[in-house]
Amino acid sequence: MPIAPSEVKWIDERTLSPWDWLYLPALWEGLSTTVRHMFSKKVTIEFPEQRPSVPPHYKGVHRLNRDEQGRVRCVACYLCATACPAHCIDIVAAPSPWPDREKYPELFVIDELRCIYCGMCEEACPVDAIELTTLYDLTGFSREEMLFDKEKLLAVYDYTVNKGTDAIRTLRGTLGPASEILEQQSAPLPNT
Amino acid sequence: MDWLTIGLIIFVISWLQILCAYLIYLERKVAAWVQDRKGPNRVGPWGLFQPIADGLKFLFKEQVVPAHVHRFLYILAPSIAVITTMLAFAVVPFGPTDVPDPRQKRFIIAPNLDIGLLFIFAIASLNVYSIILGGWASNNKYSLLGSLRSAAQIISYEIPLALSVLGVIVLVGSLNLEHLLNEQARLGIGGWLIWYQPLGWLLFFASALAESNRLPFDLPEAEQELVGGYHTEYSGMKFAMFFLGEYTHVTTVSLLMVILYFGGWHFPFVAEFNANYPGATGVKVLVLWTKASLVILVIMLLRWTLPRFRFDQLMHLAWMGLVPLSLLNLLSVMIVRHWSLSPWLLLPCSVIILTAIPLLHRWKSRQLDWA
Repeated sequence: MPIAPSEVKWIDERTLSPWDWLYLPALWEGLSTTVRHMFSKKVTIEFPEQRPSVPPHYKGVHRLNRDEQGRVRCVACYLCATACPAHCIDIVAAPSPWPDREKYPELFVIDELRCIYCGMCEEACPVDAIELTTLYDLTGFSREEMLFDKEKLLAVYDYTVNKGTDAIRTLRGTLGPASEILEQQSAPLPNT
Repeated sequence: MDWLTIGLIIFVISWLQILCAYLIYLERKVAAWVQDRKGPNRVGPWGLFQPIADGLKFLFKEQVVPAHVHRFLYILAPSIAVITTMLAFAVVPFGPTDVPDPRQKRFIIAPNLDIGLLFIFAIASLNVYSIILGGWASNNKYSLLGSLRSAAQIISYEIPLALSVLGVIVLVGSLNLEHLLNEQARLGIGGWLIWYQPLGWLLFFASALAESNRLPFDLPEAEQELVGGYHTEYSGMKFAMFFLGEYTHVTTVSLLMVILYFGGWHFPFVAEFNANYPGATGVKVLVLWTKASLVILVIMLLRWTLPRFRFDQLMHLAWMGLVPLSLLNLLSVMIVRHWSLSPWLLLPCSVIILTAIPLLHRWKSRQLDWA
C-alpha cells in the first residue's frame, strides 16, 4: 500500500549560518567533547582480574536442576530438544526408576559449541529442569570436552545454585504437568 | 668522509622508527581514552612494551606476496613510502639551529639548505607514488579506488599547502628552515609567525592533515568503504612500512608547523635566542619536541573529533575554501611587504579574510536560492 502524501513529512536540511560556515566553532566544540572524554571515567573492565557482574537473566552455560530429593528434574519429554533451533540437545530417555514420573533422561548431552544460547530450551521445559546460568567464560581444549553430559550439567547446578548469582529462576516445588501420571497408566510401572 | 653526517643519518633513522612505534602506541592510547577505554596495558607497565611486541610480530610474520599482484611495484610501494618521508626529514631541524660549529655538533642532517622548504614539499609529494603504486600493483578494486582517491586528494591539497606557506616565505624572505626559525627566535615571542599568519597556519594545518592522509581526510584508506584502501593486500613488514611512512610524515609535518609558526625551539625565559647557560641546547631540543608532540596530540585528537569528509566535500574545501583563502592571505602579506607596513596589520587581516569568506558563501548561496 503506498504511503498517503499527507503522511509524508519532508524535512529540509538545516541551513548553515555564517557562524557555521567558519567551521572553527564546531571544531572547537568537537575538540572540547573529545578532550572531556579523554579525562572522564573509564568503562574498561580488566577481565581476568576484574569480573563483570552480569544480570541474573544472562544466558550462559546450561544446567540441569535437581529436585528437592537431589534427583534430576528432567522427565525426558524432548520439548527442549524440539525447541532448540541449533539442534544441540541430545536426549536418550529411559523408564524412570522413581514412582512419581514415567521417564527420565539416561543420557542428556548439550553441545555447548553448537548452542546459540537463545534460551528456548528453558522456555520450553515444562518441569523447569533446564536453565541457563550466568557462567559466561566457557572454554575448553577440545570439541569433545565441550559436549556437556548429564553429570556435568548437574555439576553446573551444584556449582551455581548456592552462589547467589543463579537462584532457581523458575518455580520451585512439584514437577510440572509433563510429569503427571494418570492413574490408569501408572499401575504397571516396570521398575517399581 | 663526513662521519658526523653518517652517524646523524643512522641516529635519525633509528630514532624515527622508535618514535613511530611509540606514536602508534600513543595513537591507540588516545583513541582508547577518547572512547572512555584504557587502551593497551598488558605488555609491560602501562603497556609500554606494546610497540616492541608489535614490531617483533611484524618482523616474524610471513612475507605474503599475493599471486595476482605486480610483484616489483608491490614491493616498491612501501619502500617509497618510507624513503620519501625519511628523505624529507633530512632538512628538518630537530634541535637548536644556532649551534656555533655545524661540523662539530648539529641537529639537522643537511644544514643550511637554501631551498629547505621547497625540498620538503618536493620530496613529500613523491609520497603519493607509494599510494598509487601500492593500490595499482595490488590488482584489487578497493585498493585501486583508494589510491585513485588519494591521487586526486594529494594533488588538490598540494596547492593550498604551498600557497599557505608562501605567506611565511614572503614575510621572512627565505626558504631556509634554519633561517626562518632563527628569525622568529631572534624577535622573541612576538616574532612567532603565528601572530602574523594565523590564517596561513590554519590552512597549512588543514592541508598538511590531508597531505599525510590523516583523518578527517583519510579517504584513501576509508575502512568502511574500501576495506583497507591502498594497503588492503599488504601484511607484515610491508604493511608496517606504510605505517612508518605515515607517522614519519606526521612527525615531519608537526616539526615543520612548530618551526614555521610557533618559533621552533624558542620559548620565552626558558629558551631565548641568546641563551647559553649550561644545558641550554638540551632545553631547546626539549622545547622543540614538546611543541611538536603537542601538535601530534592535537592531530590525534582531531581524528576522533571530526567525521570523514565526503569526496565532493573534500574537493570543495580545497578548491573553494582553502585555495582562495590562501591566495587572499598571500595578497595581504604582499601588500604589507610592498609598502613596508607593520606586520601586525596581518593579524586583523587574517581575521577579516577568515570571516568575510563565510559571509560571501552565505550571500552566494542566497543568490543561488533566488535563481
